Order: sequence, then structure tokens, then C-alpha cells
Amino acid sequence: MDTPATYFHWGFILISVPNLLVIAGMVVLFAIALVAPFPHGKEADDVRNK
Amino acid sequence: MSATSNSWTLRLRQAIDRHLPMDHLLPDRQPYYVGSWVYVFGVVTIAALAWVVVSGVVLAFFGPQWWHDSRVGRFFNSLHFWSVQLFFIFMVLHLWGQYFMAGWRSGRAATWMIGVVIFAVSILTAFTGYLSQQNFDAQFIAINAKDAMNSAGIGAFFNVLNFGQMYGLHIMLLPIGVTILVVLHIVMVRTRGVVKPIDPEGGMRP
Repeated sequence: MDTPATYFHWGFILISVPNLLVIAGMVVLFAIALVAPFPHGKEADDVRNK
Repeated sequence: MSATSNSWTLRLRQAIDRHLPMDHLLPDRQPYYVGSWVYVFGVVTIAALAWVVVSGVVLAFFGPQWWHDSRVGRFFNSLHFWSVQLFFIFMVLHLWGQYFMAGWRSGRAATWMIGVVIFAVSILTAFTGYLSQQNFDAQFIAINAKDAMNSAGIGAFFNVLNFGQMYGLHIMLLPIGVTILVVLHIVMVRTRGVVKPIDPEGGMRP
């Protein structure tokens, strides 16, 4: 816990691996939210023109 | 009492009825396009904020000695820390979602800008939180941050080495600011409803 984090260094990009993993996880979660079916999503069709 | 009354309470009530009727404030149905997980990010952010506030109130009540030395205190300290992580993660996911659907369209610019201000104030709140931990990490951050504050010319009245000032800002003024802005943000979202998707034909729906 008290040891320094490993860093990913690519050109001008310098970021700790834990931070990189969090950002990667957020991108994955965002992509899943776009494509995953939403429960009862089709039932809301009747208020399409509300 | 007539509608042209000078009573400010009547005029305020009529303005609220006009701009924010209860079926807008607490809707039971949503348009079909809200059936997507992308719209859940904002609600999860609010849920995380509720946990942040509740755990923060408990920490403020018992104080630093308790959150360092007792098991329950460390648990609440962790609860506070991790709910803040979730708050920021889902706030950024909400920001991404609103950015890509251009959530500022159709008179929603103020809603978007208040969201930006919430983001900025939240960062300041988290920063003062890191300074309020009462451990070596907080000291390290304060010692290093003071130079940045001084170089920006604000070190005289925003002294990161002053625990009392940072703690007061963290547990009182800034959380109240975030909460008021979040309430305003939600009311503005409910006033106009959720923004419609961008027309796939290329035009902007009203």
C-alpha cells in the first residue's frame, strides 16, 4: 500500500497504472451503457410522442 | 385573493406552478429515449453524493481521532473515500453522456453550465478533503500545494497549511455549495425535461 505506483510512460503521456485502469474501466462502462439493453425499455414506447 | 395581488407568496406560488408543475418535478413516465443506461449515470452520481454526505456527517460528528483509531471510524472513513471515488467516476460518465448528446440544446445551456460549476466546486471540495485527513498524506499534499497556491496569488487567503480553514471549507461551505447547486441542477433538468436525441438525419430536434 505504501509503495509508489508503477507509471505508464508513452511519449508525453505519463500516468500511474491505477489511474489508467480507472479511466479504462470508465470507458468500458460507458461503452456497455450504450449497447446494453435497458429493462422495460420497450414498454416506454407508448409515450414516444409525449 | 385575486391573481393580481401584491402578495409575494402568491406570485411565487403561481410562478412555481407555471414553471415547475408537480408532474414535471416528480414524473411517473419518461419519453422512450430515456430507456438507456446512459441516463442512469446522473442518478448514480446523486446516490453517491448522498453516501458522501451521510458518511461525512458521521465523520464530522466523531472527529479525526475516531476515524483513525477505531474500527468503525476507519470503516466510515473508507465509506466516505470510496463514495467520493464513485461520485467523481459517475459524474464524469454523466458528463461524457451529456457531451455526446449535446445536453445544452434547446435552452439547457444554464443547466450544462451549472453542471460545470458543480464539477469545479466538487474538485475543490475533494482537495480540501485530502488536506483534512490528518495524516502524513495530507501534510505532503499541503506542503507541496502551498507553492502552487502562492504562485497563483491566492495563498494569503486560501492557506492550505491552515487545517482549520481547510476543514471548515470541506465540511461546511463547499458541501453546502455542491448540494445547493445539485438541487438547482436537478430542478432545471426537471423543468425542461431530458434533452431529445440528436436527429439521425442531421438536423437538431427542438
